[in-house]
Amino acid sequence: MSVPERTDCEVTEHSTSNVPKTSIVPESTNCETPDLTSIENAIETNGLSKIFGELRAVDSVSFSVRKGEIFGFLGPNGAGKTTTIRMLCTLSTPSEGSASVAGLDVVKQDGMVREKIGLVSEKMIMYDQLTAFENLRFFGKLYNIPKSKLDPRINELLELVHLEKWAHKQIGTFSTGMKQRINVIRALLNNPEILFLDEPTLGLDPQSTSEIREFIRNVNTKNGTSIILTTHMMVEADMLCDRIGIIDRGKIVALDTPGNLKKMISSSDGEVMEFDITNLTSAMYEAIQEVDCVDAISQKSDTLVRVTCKGNDAFDNLIDTIRESNGKIKSVKNLEPTLEDVFLHITGREVRDHTSAKVKTSSGRHGHMGRPKSRVR
Amino acid sequence: MASKILNHSLVIAHKDLLEFSRSKMRLVMLIVMPLFMMIMVGFIFPSGSSISDVPLAFANLDDGVGNVSLGDAFGTQFEVINDQAGLFEISPGQDLEDMKQMIRKGQISGGIVIPNNFTQTLLNGEQATIIIITDQSNPQLSMQVQGALAGLVDAMGTMAANQALNTTYGIPAGSTIAIIEPYTIEVTGIIPGDPSYFQFVAPGIMAMVVMMALMTGLPHAISYEKDIGTLDGMLVAPIKRTSIVLGKVLAQTTRGMIQGMLILILAMVLFGVVLYGSIILVIGLMLLSVFSFVGLGILVTSFSQNEETASMMMMSLMFPMMFLSGVFFPVEQMPSFMQTISSALPMTYAVNALRKVMILGADISAIGGEVLILIGFGIALLAISVPMFKKAMCK
Repeated sequence: MSVPERTDCEVTEHSTSNVPKTSIVPESTNCETPDLTSIENAIETNGLSKIFGELRAVDSVSFSVRKGEIFGFLGPNGAGKTTTIRMLCTLSTPSEGSASVAGLDVVKQDGMVREKIGLVSEKMIMYDQLTAFENLRFFGKLYNIPKSKLDPRINELLELVHLEKWAHKQIGTFSTGMKQRINVIRALLNNPEILFLDEPTLGLDPQSTSEIREFIRNVNTKNGTSIILTTHMMVEADMLCDRIGIIDRGKIVALDTPGNLKKMISSSDGEVMEFDITNLTSAMYEAIQEVDCVDAISQKSDTLVRVTCKGNDAFDNLIDTIRESNGKIKSVKNLEPTLEDVFLHITGREVRDHTSAKVKTSSGRHGHMGRPKSRVR
Repeated sequence: MASKILNHSLVIAHKDLLEFSRSKMRLVMLIVMPLFMMIMVGFIFPSGSSISDVPLAFANLDDGVGNVSLGDAFGTQFEVINDQAGLFEISPGQDLEDMKQMIRKGQISGGIVIPNNFTQTLLNGEQATIIIITDQSNPQLSMQVQGALAGLVDAMGTMAANQALNTTYGIPAGSTIAIIEPYTIEVTGIIPGDPSYFQFVAPGIMAMVVMMALMTGLPHAISYEKDIGTLDGMLVAPIKRTSIVLGKVLAQTTRGMIQGMLILILAMVLFGVVLYGSIILVIGLMLLSVFSFVGLGILVTSFSQNEETASMMMMSLMFPMMFLSGVFFPVEQMPSFMQTISSALPMTYAVNALRKVMILGADISAIGGEVLILIGFGIALLAISVPMFKKAMCK
């Protein structure tokens, strides 16, 4: 591992987060990876930041992605996922810190980085007036793939996504799902070592979504391509990713496997319960929120309240509180924690809550922000 | 390395042109726009000083002396001369007031009144006055009518003088003219005849179309791709930023050159424009103009965050360029401070050089100054704009 910059203290200087970086850094020295020298990280960042005027869109982010891993960036819109991806893809110059992709510096060796990566960005990279084949050939030529190899490669990729019959039709006539399949294989033309996917299933119907997810997993298992994807969908992150970095307001607030992230709740004696209260009012909601044992709370529908709580008498306390405010409990369920609960647990806010998140500064239940420390065993 | 840059830019140019060719509307506009420009410019602006069949009223108020009326003689002679020249369409008028009313109604564009003491004054050996009235709501036409009528009256005066010298003083008919008009002018140009306004404006429009292709086409092509996100696809590929700009420039240049050539052909076939210089030199000059404008196009692209800002910046740069660089009106006719601005625009030199070659048949040695200035503009603008562009792409 080549991380000489790690000793640079300037990196931590501007970090105002109360999340200790120790919760993230030890990943590379984890016991799961005994032979450190043979494992070269696909991506490594060190204090990576992007500042737009006053806004620290990405705020001193340090993490690494192992070779052959599917790494997910999970967070609400505006959390800094796309900006991070853009910096790693050399599309945006970091304001502070450094990052290496495939062992190459994204600023100093940007040209070489580009040869080794593929990008599926939020906006589809293709021209509607050109046919699928012409699109792929255009981008293939930019990667200096000789024509004798390029055309068979395009056909092979088209077959992979079952669009060979559509090769010579203009992209403009394609459905969104078909376009996205072309968009994904376009990023694979140069057989990238690392594939970046920025919200790859955004706006797709359920069938296309599952097809794309399947395809992504296949690319990872068959070619050993390291994949880094961003999503604001918990389910997607849970399904696809080996490890997930939860990003909120430009900072990585937790980073672990989906399983371990979920264990964070149970390891802190946490439980997830769902109350169905027929006469739920906002006053009642607030009353529940004020109970000591309540860790996080979110409203699922007019009557459903999802509560993450801890402690042995948590259940009793909750029932008492609801009864006191004349709540009629229809049912109570004890649920398996999902990543959504994890996000809520860590940030104190819901994932979809991004607009208010920007306005609020620290009014969330941030008492739990420091907690990830506990999961480093 | 250089061959790779060029190769990538050719790939991008090819892609752009292919995309362009798929849009039928754009292809139609490619041909319609130059045609439209030529027709519009050619017919809106008055073409030269020649007038024909301008409606005119004629009133003879001469009382005459005895049965002699020189006014009648003047009128008959005037009609004869006018019939030959076909300048005016003459209708009878009553008097000056009547004619003024006719002008106000828009029935005539001018009139001639012969006053009542016309014969008497002449017989007294004095100068007789002929009144000309013109429509001042149209200064251009008014000037022309005035000029034409004055010319006619002058010609008739000369005829009368010739006759008088011959009959009164017995000077031979052939020698009288040398006494009345001792000097005569011979106008000679480099090319035969008087060039039409089309001849003047065609080189200007050719330069303008090329400029527009780069100034609007280039920022549009880049900011459009930025907006729809495809630019990222090129930026993330292992190619030089220069290749992207160069590719776009090549595609837009091709488009501009095709339009420029279309204008030349249309001008020659439909509007009788004659190309007196070398076509190779014309093409060379157009390419040189591209080189001198391209920096400006890139500069605007780097400054503008999206398509809309790009177009707005383009417009505010293009209009002064179009009107101050002598495309439609000669720079020499502008006030001096405008001429100063004009001399700071690369377009001025491009138009000037093209005009010299196309109308005057100039060769390369005659336009050396313009060529050097255009190269200078090109290098200076590129030196500023390319680093700006690279910086802008990495935001």
